[in-house]
Amino acid sequence: MKEILEGSHAVAEAVRLCRPQVVSAYPITPQTHIVEALASMVADCKLDAEYICVESEFSALSACIGASTAGSRTYSATTSQGLALMYEVCFNAAGMRLPIVMTIANRAMSAPLSIWNDQQDSISLRDSGWIQLYAEDNQEALDLHLLAYRVCEDHDILLPAFVCFDGFILSHTYEPVDMPTQEEVDAYLPAFNPYQRLDAKDPISFGMYATPDYYMEFRYENQRAMLRAKEAIVRYGTLFKEQFGRDYSGLIEGYELEDAEIALVAMGSICGTVKDAIDEMRKDGIKVGLLKIRCFRPFPDEEIAAALAHVKTVAILDKNVSLGSKGAVGLEIKDALYGSSIAVYDYILGLGGRDIRKKDIRAITKLAEQGSGDMFYGLREELL
Amino acid sequence: MPLNIGCTARPGRGRDNKTGSWRVFYPIFTEETCTGCEICVLLCPEGCIEKKGEKKYVPDLDYCKGCGLCAEECPGDAITMEKEEK
Repeated sequence: MKEILEGSHAVAEAVRLCRPQVVSAYPITPQTHIVEALASMVADCKLDAEYICVESEFSALSACIGASTAGSRTYSATTSQGLALMYEVCFNAAGMRLPIVMTIANRAMSAPLSIWNDQQDSISLRDSGWIQLYAEDNQEALDLHLLAYRVCEDHDILLPAFVCFDGFILSHTYEPVDMPTQEEVDAYLPAFNPYQRLDAKDPISFGMYATPDYYMEFRYENQRAMLRAKEAIVRYGTLFKEQFGRDYSGLIEGYELEDAEIALVAMGSICGTVKDAIDEMRKDGIKVGLLKIRCFRPFPDEEIAAALAHVKTVAILDKNVSLGSKGAVGLEIKDALYGSSIAVYDYILGLGGRDIRKKDIRAITKLAEQGSGDMFYGLREELL
Repeated sequence: MPLNIGCTARPGRGRDNKTGSWRVFYPIFTEETCTGCEICVLLCPEGCIEKKGEKKYVPDLDYCKGCGLCAEECPGDAITMEKEEK
């Protein structure tokens, strides 16, 4: 059924339909509306879940780890400093191979304090072993939660996932969404069937220590599970398309890319602006297209190399920066295209909520055409 | 140690994790000077020294980390620490 919902509430509804048994979270802007809505649902008996109030994000994800090891489908949501406080716990959840799904309402990192959007928070956790999916709009944000649980709980995968959507730009924006029914979601997402669980009658411990003789092999197994997740996301994305009609069968998505000479690469809500800018530029005869990355971890390097093989120039729009280096997406694209003759330029933009407009996308396309890149775009020179 | 998904272990299976590889020095027990007081058995943090007979105490080198507490505390100086050759 089509509804007009705030992004956070669309996500909360999606989570309710996924039937989590334990929700634990700590409020933080711009994520708060999600867990507020879930708390109301639990209080109103619309969601049959334990809602665990905690004193910090560290505890929130730790509670999810406990609940997941006990055999429950678990959910949390956070952003920015909250995610940073979960840093240690994120690595533990991945190493214990727990299929926890967590929404990240992407927000800039302090200092300076900023509650506005960029993607530095989740990008900074790229090495933690969590699958990372990025939504372009609220419909995709809603849908990716169903997909995330389906992929993560597969016994060949058993990994946690972030579903990332841009704070405020999506989380606080009302958009029409097609809300599936409980029956439809139940048909797509079966009840949680834990691979293993804590059981007093058959006790086990999770995440035991591994000496130097064993540690590397555990990490290698984590890496293999992450790489297997590529195929699982495609498989369950295809299943999603068959059932709901919306296509998530690709880790990446092309827009006007087939005959493009310049490819813009982006993640998240900026893709909508980029598509509008491309429509304008195409009218002016500029052969430009978009490669949208939906799945950042595992990174679809081979898929990206194949999709960009025919272009002359690539411009990456990075809403993050690995200080002292470049934007994280730019670095990975350069790696994926290593050895090719394609010119690849990285642009860091939109940090801390700086607006990105169609004219900015056009300007970046021109910069890439002129061979100028690997730079911050849109700086206020008068302040520097 | 098996590579269980999530690095899980059953109770007591910490034994699968042999910690002897951490050792730099290992203890040598001399029966002639041993008084049989068993202080070494009581003090060993790993609990890996076993009585095998009258004045005969044997460390389990799969788990002995080579801390040397037994040698330090032995009243008869019957335990010496030797450098491990690997």
